[in-house]
Amino acid sequence: MNKPQLLKLEDCEIAYGPAAVFKNLNLNIGPGEQVALLGESGSGKTTLLRHLYAVLKPQGVAVVPQDFALVDNLSVFHNVYSGQLQNHSTIANLRNLVFPAAAEKTKVECLLSELQLEQKLLTPVAQLSGGQKQRTAVARAIYAGHTILLADEPVSAVDENQAELVLRLLLDAHETSVFAMHDVELALKFASRIIGLRDGEVMIDQQVAELRSDELSALY
Amino acid sequence: MRFPASIQISLVFVLLALACLVIADIEVFTLNPWQELARMAEGILSPSLSGVDNLLYTLAQTIAFALSGVALSCCAGFVLALIYQNAFVRVFSAMIRSVHELFWALIFLQMFGIHPLTGVLAIALPFTGIFAKVFAEILEENRHPAMDLVGSGSSFLSRFSYTHFMQALPHLRSYTSYRFECGLRSSTVLGFLGIPTLGYYLHGAFLQGDYSQVAAVLLLFYALVATLRYWMRPVLLPLYLLATPFLLGDWASLPVNSFWRFITVDIVPAPLRNNASFADFMAWLQTLLFEQALPGLFNTLVLGQIALVGTALLALLWFPLVSEKFLSSVGRKLGHVFLVIVRSTPEYILAFVFLLLWGPSLLPAIVALALHNGALIAHLVGAASNQITLRIDHARHINLYSYEVLPQVFRQFLAFLFYRWEIIIRESAILGLLGIHTLGFFVIAAMEELRFDRALVLIACTALLNIAIDSLSRRIRVSLNINRSINHKRAE
Repeated sequence: MNKPQLLKLEDCEIAYGPAAVFKNLNLNIGPGEQVALLGESGSGKTTLLRHLYAVLKPQGVAVVPQDFALVDNLSVFHNVYSGQLQNHSTIANLRNLVFPAAAEKTKVECLLSELQLEQKLLTPVAQLSGGQKQRTAVARAIYAGHTILLADEPVSAVDENQAELVLRLLLDAHETSVFAMHDVELALKFASRIIGLRDGEVMIDQQVAELRSDELSALY
Repeated sequence: MRFPASIQISLVFVLLALACLVIADIEVFTLNPWQELARMAEGILSPSLSGVDNLLYTLAQTIAFALSGVALSCCAGFVLALIYQNAFVRVFSAMIRSVHELFWALIFLQMFGIHPLTGVLAIALPFTGIFAKVFAEILEENRHPAMDLVGSGSSFLSRFSYTHFMQALPHLRSYTSYRFECGLRSSTVLGFLGIPTLGYYLHGAFLQGDYSQVAAVLLLFYALVATLRYWMRPVLLPLYLLATPFLLGDWASLPVNSFWRFITVDIVPAPLRNNASFADFMAWLQTLLFEQALPGLFNTLVLGQIALVGTALLALLWFPLVSEKFLSSVGRKLGHVFLVIVRSTPEYILAFVFLLLWGPSLLPAIVALALHNGALIAHLVGAASNQITLRIDHARHINLYSYEVLPQVFRQFLAFLFYRWEIIIRESAILGLLGIHTLGFFVIAAMEELRFDRALVLIACTALLNIAIDSLSRRIRVSLNINRSINHKRAE
């Protein structure tokens, strides 16, 4: 089989700090896949996502980091807009920092209303709740307009009743996604493929349709 | 028993200061200091502005020099901070900030005379070096992860302004407003050299012994500093900046000739100017170094060492005045007023007052430096002591101080103190302008003899001393592992 590959890791060693987290990692990801990374904390999900980011960064990739990496002193608008800095001139970016253009505000507001956050358009991020911050980080990733998404627990802080909506919007906005999840149910519902990690080893690598329910229990 | 490194270093510094105290000249020369003190007290009780013409204009000029100097240096320093990894930029910044603004003023006075540029550059140049260093440190400490996550492919400036810059902005802003307060002090003190600011009248009043006028002008200066946050509003800033160039005086009369003469003739070492041999030049340099630079250096170090330990003692004595561990809110308010007044008074002016009282020994300079810097560090340590949590059954009074609070703030106290060391040395050199035999004394003497070549070599020696102290202080801070506990807002 000769599927087109987006990313191909062969016998890859990934170190984070002095100790190697992954040894001999083999991983292929093709365009259009929705890959969920499962595993307990410390199993290597975040390390793998970081490595994928380093590899994929040159072709442009949207990220939702675990700690959101939002700029607290800036408004929700500015944080979301910063996802798209590359599409504007430096002058326009500086202008929008000091005095946001109405057209840009409308575009961001549209996206925020889908995430039920439009009321917070000009609120500094420092004043938001955890869930609102995470939705801001999701909006920034969507606004960036890349085809590949790397997300680390992208709905962990979002209200339960909003989590599906947010995750759906996030995944639909990207052709290919790799996202770490702690909620197995949500992962099975949204992913096309599951990669299960444990202590830096790939325990499971299966299409969701072919996954047997007892296989997952080996992870936890 | 072995003491911890921080105590060992402190003991070494205290012993050195005691040794310095033995050799230092701290005699009281005046016959009747009490009489002069009584006249001063009388003046303070009857402030009068009768001798000052154009008071409002002078106030505006004092602000204008501070504002233009700080605005220029803030912008230039910020640009330098962005490229501060560059070794050349670091050395350049260290060099311009190692020369005190009063020395810069003396140099520019020779170049331009009493011209707006003299006052503006005298403040802007050293402040640029300070801004570059502190801004670089603030930016370093406030790096934001989003810089590498968002807008990849956009310009550095775009990403920087939306991430690192916004993260650092509150710190940059509060440091700049503190620097403006320093700028007001510098601008005032520059008046002692003839720049038309409040200090000009202060100097005149001091020389005439008109202490009523001294008191009035000083009160005006305190009022200016105390009301800073009411009149220095971001919305008004553009207005102030627009008005500034018109308030600084007459720009038209830039004496180009004296400028050229200064940089092509005046500062060229005399033997070279007269086509003497290289041996003559070396002899000239040797005389200068051994008869002026070394004695000046020695006295500067002696003064600096005693003043540093004096600063430390006063800071440790005074910080409970503003600490909630020791005083109720009413007591702390009074403590704050006391510390603000002591630290707002420029040390140059304090030294001038004590000099009038006690005559020209190291004593007035020691007391002035210790008071000003002690009040400043007491304020910082007091704030640090409010951060610590005590057990419910904590000790009280002197035991609370010595067994619980002091051990917990001691490392931070040392960090502030060593950060301040370079500044104390810089000021020790400059107080020579008042007649104390530190480096500044030889600088002003050379200038009065119109030997600018000598003055410049001596200023360069001062700069090297400050750079050496700065790097020694950094090494001590690193070895004690206290470098990170600094609050930039007030330390530099």
